[in-house]
Amino acid sequence: MLKIEDLRVSIGDKEVLRGINLHISEGETFILFGPNGSGKTSLLMTLMGFSGYNVTGGRILFRGQDITRMPMYERARLGIGMSFQRPPTIRGLKTRHLVRMCARGREVDPEVLAGKVNFTDFLERDINAGFSGGEIKRSELLQLMAQKPSFVLFDEPESGVDLENMQLIGKVVRRMLDGEVDVPPGACVKPLKCKLRTSGLIITHTGYILDYINADRGQVLYQGHLCCEARPRDILEHIRSYGYQECIKCLNAPVPGQIVL
Amino acid sequence: MKDVKLSDYTFSGIEHGEITDLRTLDAHDKNRILYAGVDLDAGDGSALFMHMDQSTVHCETRDPGLELLDIKVAMKRYDGLPEYAWKLVDRDKDEFTRTVADNTHGGYFIRTKPGVKISKPVQSCLFLKADGAGQNVHNIVIVEEGSEVHIMTGCSTAHGGTHAAHLGITEYYVKKGGKLTFTMIHNWGENASVRPRSVGVVEEGGVFQSNYVLLNAVGTLQMYPAIHLNGRGGIARFNSVIVTPEGSNVDCGNRVIMNAPDTRCEIISRAITTGGVNIARGHIAGNAAPCRGHLECKGLILGGGQMLAVPELDVSVEGGDLSHEAAVGKIAQDEIEYLMARGMDEAEATSTIVRGFLNVDIMGLEGPLAKAIQEQVEKIDANAM
Repeated sequence: MLKIEDLRVSIGDKEVLRGINLHISEGETFILFGPNGSGKTSLLMTLMGFSGYNVTGGRILFRGQDITRMPMYERARLGIGMSFQRPPTIRGLKTRHLVRMCARGREVDPEVLAGKVNFTDFLERDINAGFSGGEIKRSELLQLMAQKPSFVLFDEPESGVDLENMQLIGKVVRRMLDGEVDVPPGACVKPLKCKLRTSGLIITHTGYILDYINADRGQVLYQGHLCCEARPRDILEHIRSYGYQECIKCLNAPVPGQIVL
Repeated sequence: MKDVKLSDYTFSGIEHGEITDLRTLDAHDKNRILYAGVDLDAGDGSALFMHMDQSTVHCETRDPGLELLDIKVAMKRYDGLPEYAWKLVDRDKDEFTRTVADNTHGGYFIRTKPGVKISKPVQSCLFLKADGAGQNVHNIVIVEEGSEVHIMTGCSTAHGGTHAAHLGITEYYVKKGGKLTFTMIHNWGENASVRPRSVGVVEEGGVFQSNYVLLNAVGTLQMYPAIHLNGRGGIARFNSVIVTPEGSNVDCGNRVIMNAPDTRCEIISRAITTGGVNIARGHIAGNAAPCRGHLECKGLILGGGQMLAVPELDVSVEGGDLSHEAAVGKIAQDEIEYLMARGMDEAEATSTIVRGFLNVDIMGLEGPLAKAIQEQVEKIDANAM
């Protein structure tokens, strides 16, 4: 679904991604770990196509199509969606209106969608105006539900969220990634799920989100390099015990390998 | 600010007879007036008034709680309205007030009955049809104790190119516990010169709410309506939306003087210039405690033009609490990209942000008028891109 080949990205004079190779399959959920400043957010921003992230080498393929130089809105229309960590406030733009616009002409009921993230009281509010951490996450999920992307980029779904909200957000993210299935009795779930599953690339610091979703693979991004591919829970445990120090060893090793657990 | 040379205009002899049914106006004129906020075909207000060039051509009341007269008739009937006429606006303030005082062509006199809430808006239309016409209008609005009314005034020229001058005096009296909502939409043109002079007084517990919309070019417009909150608990709110395309010269502000305790006011203006000049003024004075006021002036420069924001706060007593916020800039790139990440192209994203910025929704305009405004806003985007 998403294939990144030797991607190099600079912000101004500074190279933030130094040759990233990554392949995420249809329906797969991939977790990206890494310390602050390692380039995680830059990778997401580059995949979405934000200005200021200059691709100096390599390419990004989405469903076989080269999107490296494609404008952001075309990527969105192809099916890439992003949950923002610090979205801007847009005065006078009601949440309800934006939800409708996210659907791009498809029939959506903002009330019903908002009900799923406990957000109906915010539909008449200006988007992101005075929203708390948890409210921002719910608002982002609401927009994504209307947008229905086939590939979602989540930048720290747990940041600034209290426990109660975390549970709600975790469940909704899971539903989004697994595909929302109302299976008629007697029908087989498997083929339906395969059809509806959404791929995801999720950045996490704390790993809380792993309690809620079925993450398939994970990797650590360190100083602009990807390393240490393993099962996400194993990576998390390893980081909890040893920090990111080990990553340096991995990177310095002649052949970057698995974490030895 | 561009001067207005009154000698360039004809201030007499451009008169019209009564028009009993305003739906019979030609379609083009009606459309211009629609863009100034008055839907003559619907004609569903509590009262309907129209002044064309130098004559009042229509004056009709449909609500028994309301009195609507041509100002000249009212002056005759009420012995010159000694308590109200030229009491708030000084007839010698400038050459424009003097011109109107010396030769009033018409205008509306609106008075509610005490305690009556008028449910439908009063619709009024001031229209300049003849090239070279100078129009002298004097309006008086009296909201009696405990009553409420909404006046929608649309001011328009017949064509975008009509060369004409509008001089308009308006005096508002909101008595104890009364509420006046005054929505004014201007639809002039590059050759129009406009000089309104408006002052109002609000008594105890009264509310004055003004909405002002100017989305099209105007050669030169200068106004600074002022409201005096003279009774305890009075409230004044001004919302303005002003767009200045190339060729526009606008110097426009709102002033509130709080002379009684527990008064409050809010002046909010949103302005976009796409090549014209806009001076956005605001002045709040706090002369009694406690009183509270906020002035907010936000401007966007899209493509070109100039904006000068002049917010003023003047507190003469301890316990006066005034604030202001002014910002002039361009559309933030992060806002555009946020919307582009949702699938909108740059033009869609820009127009969505501009619509939100102008925030015309808060004025509660509905039906064809809302649609007309929407079209105007979309035109701004098209011009700005």
